[in-house]
Amino acid sequence: MDRRSSLKNILLGTVAGGLAVHGCTTREAAEAAEQLGAKTGFGYGRVPEELEALEKLNAETFLNPHERETIEVLAELILPPDEKFGGPLDAGVPDFIEFMAKDYPDFQPTLRGGLMWLDHKSNTEFGMEFKSTPEAQQKSLLDGIAYYDAKVPMDEHPLEIQFFNLVRNLTVCGYYTSKAGIEDLGYKGNMPNVWDGVPQDVLDKHGLAYEPEWLEKCVDQSQRGVIAEWDEDGNLLT
Amino acid sequence: MQIKEQPTVYDAIIVGSGAGGGMATKVLADAGLKVAVVEAGPFFDPALPEHQTQLKWPYESPRRGAATVRPFGDFDAAYGGWEIKGQPYTQKNGTRFDWFRSQMLGGRTNHWGRISLRFGPKDFKHKDVDGLGENWPIGYEDIKPYYDRVDKLLGVFGSKENLPNDPDGFFLPPPKPRLHELYYIKGARKAGVPVFPSRLSMLTKKINNERGVCFYCGQCSRACQVYADFSAGTCLIFPAQKSRGQVDLFVNSMVREVTTDQEGKATGVSYINKEDRKEYQLRGKVVILAASACSSARILLNSKSAQHPNGLGNSSDLVGKYLHDSTGSSRAAFIPALMNRELYNEDGVGGMHVYSPWWLDNKDLDFPRGYHIEVWGGIGMPNYGFGFNPNEFNSFFGLKTGGYGDQLRKDVKKYYGAVMGFGGRGESIARKDNYCEIDPTTVDEFGIPVLRFHYNWSDYERNQAKHMQMTFEEIIHQMGGEPLGSTPGAERDYGLETPGRIIHEVGTTRMGDDPATSVTNRYQQLHDADNVFIADAGPFVSQADKNCTWTILALSMRASEYIVEQLKQQNI
Repeated sequence: MDRRSSLKNILLGTVAGGLAVHGCTTREAAEAAEQLGAKTGFGYGRVPEELEALEKLNAETFLNPHERETIEVLAELILPPDEKFGGPLDAGVPDFIEFMAKDYPDFQPTLRGGLMWLDHKSNTEFGMEFKSTPEAQQKSLLDGIAYYDAKVPMDEHPLEIQFFNLVRNLTVCGYYTSKAGIEDLGYKGNMPNVWDGVPQDVLDKHGLAYEPEWLEKCVDQSQRGVIAEWDEDGNLLT
Repeated sequence: MQIKEQPTVYDAIIVGSGAGGGMATKVLADAGLKVAVVEAGPFFDPALPEHQTQLKWPYESPRRGAATVRPFGDFDAAYGGWEIKGQPYTQKNGTRFDWFRSQMLGGRTNHWGRISLRFGPKDFKHKDVDGLGENWPIGYEDIKPYYDRVDKLLGVFGSKENLPNDPDGFFLPPPKPRLHELYYIKGARKAGVPVFPSRLSMLTKKINNERGVCFYCGQCSRACQVYADFSAGTCLIFPAQKSRGQVDLFVNSMVREVTTDQEGKATGVSYINKEDRKEYQLRGKVVILAASACSSARILLNSKSAQHPNGLGNSSDLVGKYLHDSTGSSRAAFIPALMNRELYNEDGVGGMHVYSPWWLDNKDLDFPRGYHIEVWGGIGMPNYGFGFNPNEFNSFFGLKTGGYGDQLRKDVKKYYGAVMGFGGRGESIARKDNYCEIDPTTVDEFGIPVLRFHYNWSDYERNQAKHMQMTFEEIIHQMGGEPLGSTPGAERDYGLETPGRIIHEVGTTRMGDDPATSVTNRYQQLHDADNVFIADAGPFVSQADKNCTWTILALSMRASEYIVEQLKQQNI
């Protein structure tokens, strides 16, 4: 279903927004926001203060080129690229990690300290920085920090475990919240549709069924466009 | 600096454009009156593309929807939050109350959960049952006709169930339960907890030609561009602007105080225009405060004059007292039966399709009053936080957690949709020593003295939260699930949220027939100034185990019609 045309069908009447008496409130502010949004590329309902803050964050750089390259190597080890959907680099994961480090500065010492730890360990064991060692050596190093005991709170684990956990979290999250990642995951929503219950084959598979008396209360989707009318006891007539 | 006055004398000045202020605006405009609506935040209309967050994808936000700026995530519709820059509030004696403010047209109704429950007969007279708190001066029968009209005017889905303290209304039909909700129904019933279709103010069916019908994106917290969910801006203010009366909207306008004359009657309000930072005055025959229970209390307490030396309406010294929020305690669970989900669009409405209203008799329990249970879960849109600790549930099967490589992709898909959450939302007992007052040493960036909070929970609320946790664990067990994390014990108040966190602030200007023990009368009219009314949740005497919005709307409709009548009769 085409999102724009179906939305247009669903919108049953055009509703004029109200006018405000005071100041440069409605149109001008909205236009200014739209212009700023277009300029910054953040067209998702930001207020001017939020756009300014986003601009400011974008103007800063946290990861230096070496750190960024190391993050890129790590991300592709964490989620190796898939033939159909690509991998973390295609999904913009390094940009997301860079942004989150600035947006949530608590991440910074863990990220930066962890990257230093990684290179130190790699230099000690293999005489080379992590990003330049062969993949087999990279993996043997990761095998020592990639697993954790879930019963122990994360902040009680050694820094290198916390570090890898953070990079893994941001990589997996960044990938599965990207366009390709959402497709890979198989999420089907975020578009106009009509919910009419769990598909029958799914109910069957789970050994579940809708109770007739419950279903009787539920919306008849063929009548959703008919204006509701009730009798005086609140029984729906339409 | 000279205060700038306007020549217009409004029939009424309405402070705040949320549920209470929105309804007052609609009723007064429908009666042909000339009203000024003064809103502290900017204009907002979710139909404007530049305001929309609905139907955006996580990758349109560079933080993928994280809550680093907006407390409920980057796509949440509420402007504001627990802290607002330049507008502090303070705490007293080491106690804590977290205050969520949303300054924008429509206020917090733009993002709220739309859980629209009527209070029941017992809720208005609960002191008669357990001797605690105070009875309301009105009963269910007084407000029932207004609930009925609110249902029809704004739309709420639900089902007729004939429950003794959860009255039925004029319901739109509810949506069918989702898969995880079918599991909940089964598990909860085995645990002895009844389940019913939820009651939310979203249009599953058309109610008029102005508003669209729900298209099931599950994003009501982002505010609906076709106005299929109830928000005060889209469903009350905008229609009021097209109604018989005159509605002048003053946005970005922060009210400082209600001005009064020699007789102590209100003459209007003074406000600061946030854009030029200058003070202005509006004049009106009536002032209706609907700025939120705490903000309205603040305005009253800051409205000191020779006639009202203790603050307007505060001869009883009760303005700000009896502040109370709902109790809340939550738990999440891993439900193995929901692993390896078949994938289809189950976004549904923006909230639960089923819920459990309070079902027990307190005489066998160690706490008064009840709570309802809200549920969440499903194969929703991934957002910031999705994929964190992607295979931690491996530990339930004795498998390793963590790792990297292709296995992670399989783990993510295996556990997608296998988590459910349960929230108890209950009634606390209103107490005089839980209050907000003016902090004598702190002002905001507009020079207006700010609120200072004093709030403690008692064992009533703690024991209730303990019961919630026991109930959740029993339901989870009956669903074949595993509760996540350890059971919150006494050291964590059984998971009881900090006061204010449920965002149901009520009680600061409670109603009553006796001016010595209440701030407003049964029509929400100040005992001390008959042309000042409170249309938010301030006049609530008690909160009930329900959410407050539907009652704010019904009470505001009732008070506003009383105001129209009184103006006609020239009594005020």
